[in-house]
Amino acid sequence: MTEPMTEPLTEKQLGLATEKALTPPPLGDAVMRLHNVGVAFGGRMAVRDVSLDFPENQVTALIGPSGSGKTTLLRSLNRMHDLTRSAKVTGQVMLGSTDVYGGSMSPTLLRSQVGMVFQRPNPFPTMSIYDNVVSGLKFNGARRKALLDEAAESSLIAAALWDSVKNRLKTNASTLSGGEQQRLCIARSLAVEPRVLLMDEPTSSLDPQATKRIEELVTELKSRVSIIIVTHNMQQAVRVSDYCAFLLMGDDRAGQLIEAAPTTTLFENPSDERTLDYINGRFG
Amino acid sequence: MTLIEGQDRNLVRRDEIQKLATASEGRRKIYSKVGLTICGLFLIIALIPLISVLAYTVQRGVHAWSVDFFSKLPTPAGIPGGGIWNAIVGSLIIDGIAAAVAIPFGIACGLFLAESDGPIVGTVRFATDVLSGVPSIILGIFAYIVLVISLGHFSAIAGSFAIGVLMLPIIIRASETAIRSVPSTLREAGLSLGSRHSTVSRRVILPAALPGLITGVLLAVARGVGETAPLLFTVIGSEYFATNPTQPMAALPLVVYGDGIQAYPDLQLRAWGTALFLICVVLVLSVGSRLIAARLGRVKR
Repeated sequence: MTEPMTEPLTEKQLGLATEKALTPPPLGDAVMRLHNVGVAFGGRMAVRDVSLDFPENQVTALIGPSGSGKTTLLRSLNRMHDLTRSAKVTGQVMLGSTDVYGGSMSPTLLRSQVGMVFQRPNPFPTMSIYDNVVSGLKFNGARRKALLDEAAESSLIAAALWDSVKNRLKTNASTLSGGEQQRLCIARSLAVEPRVLLMDEPTSSLDPQATKRIEELVTELKSRVSIIIVTHNMQQAVRVSDYCAFLLMGDDRAGQLIEAAPTTTLFENPSDERTLDYINGRFG
Repeated sequence: MTLIEGQDRNLVRRDEIQKLATASEGRRKIYSKVGLTICGLFLIIALIPLISVLAYTVQRGVHAWSVDFFSKLPTPAGIPGGGIWNAIVGSLIIDGIAAAVAIPFGIACGLFLAESDGPIVGTVRFATDVLSGVPSIILGIFAYIVLVISLGHFSAIAGSFAIGVLMLPIIIRASETAIRSVPSTLREAGLSLGSRHSTVSRRVILPAALPGLITGVLLAVARGVGETAPLLFTVIGSEYFATNPTQPMAALPLVVYGDGIQAYPDLQLRAWGTALFLICVVLVLSVGSRLIAARLGRVKR
């Protein structure tokens, strides 16, 4: 579903939609699988019992109101919670056939396969545009200039930024606008050639024009990388995602998965009443 | 209560509040003026010591300044001419060695305090606080015991040791603050590229913290340059041109102390001139650190 949807879904639209024959997109193989994943901070559960498959080379959206644990869940996928001493992840997170939290997996190697784009653009302020894009490669030991140049060009093209920056690659990254900075951060992640790209509300600090470009980019990029995107914006989920998971805070104040389905199914024919309430704007 | 009644009562209250505000406006203006005046007065009182110290030192010391003063060796009392060239070089050597050792240690320690957590961090931070509270004369005695007694003679290197220990806590705390003020999202961005924590610290965090690090280092050096007590027990001073760090050496604060307590007016004048020079050096370092920080900070934002 790529049609922009500017209005919230009404009951009438939903009624009409259910009459249509639904053909969810083929999901293919899962690139990441979650089995009973829970995240706790200092003994307090923030997310519990999430079992979910993320399809390869598709866009999966995590939606839900504030406090439903979307970002917490997302950050468990590349072991970002390792930085927080009090955080504890339980259950099983699989990347392909490897256990992300298994003893043989190094967090640095995992993160080079599972990249991340953050809420606010965070280019490295002391580096040029070029150095930002190839920073991940340099940090991981790449030195050959031909390799760096090729990676820089390829990722900037993929991030739809090449044409506007190719003549000023050596200028400081802070000179770019917010939307350009966010696309630079996407290019920086892509340069490492990850299998999965996690996006944590990547447009929440951008204006509508820049948001539109990022959304177009997400749709274009999925042939190159599987994308998992957290968003507050349901229209955005409808516009960019193929698959959608709805999370909600339970009575124990821990986020839990309510349902996951192809985006069209979830929005037009949700199987849980709480999903229906949420997408109709009754809460959250 | 109907909606209309509620609105009426709101209007009545608004009226009353407006009246009260108008009636008290004159009084509130006076309070504000009085308050501001008191603040300004206290500001002036607080500045009086600073200005009088500066003015008095300039008045007494500026006559000592000449080209010879900055380029000649000291002469004995009664013989005109002479300067503090040996003390300038001595201070450069003593504080240079101290800074060269204290800066890498201090920044590494600050990085450790800012980037890790756990029981050791708390202990180290507490130790740093204690160290920064130790009177400088105690550091001098410490250096005397460790380096002067064991080597059997006074030496510049013992002074460098004492000054370095004095600079350490200043650099550590300033670096920790500077590194902590780097947004954690930059750290996460670095890690999300599959980099090791140490790589991210070295290539992302430290460069981003550079303005703060420079400020901290320059303030520590400014503090070290002016310290006298640690040098009294270690460097002892010298009338000659000495550059060997294992031997006694001249230093600016020692000239102020040594010549200042002499009965000869020409030596006292030299002490005043040196004091003025010392104030200028410290001032330049302090102002310079702010300028550098502001400039680097502006380029990056």
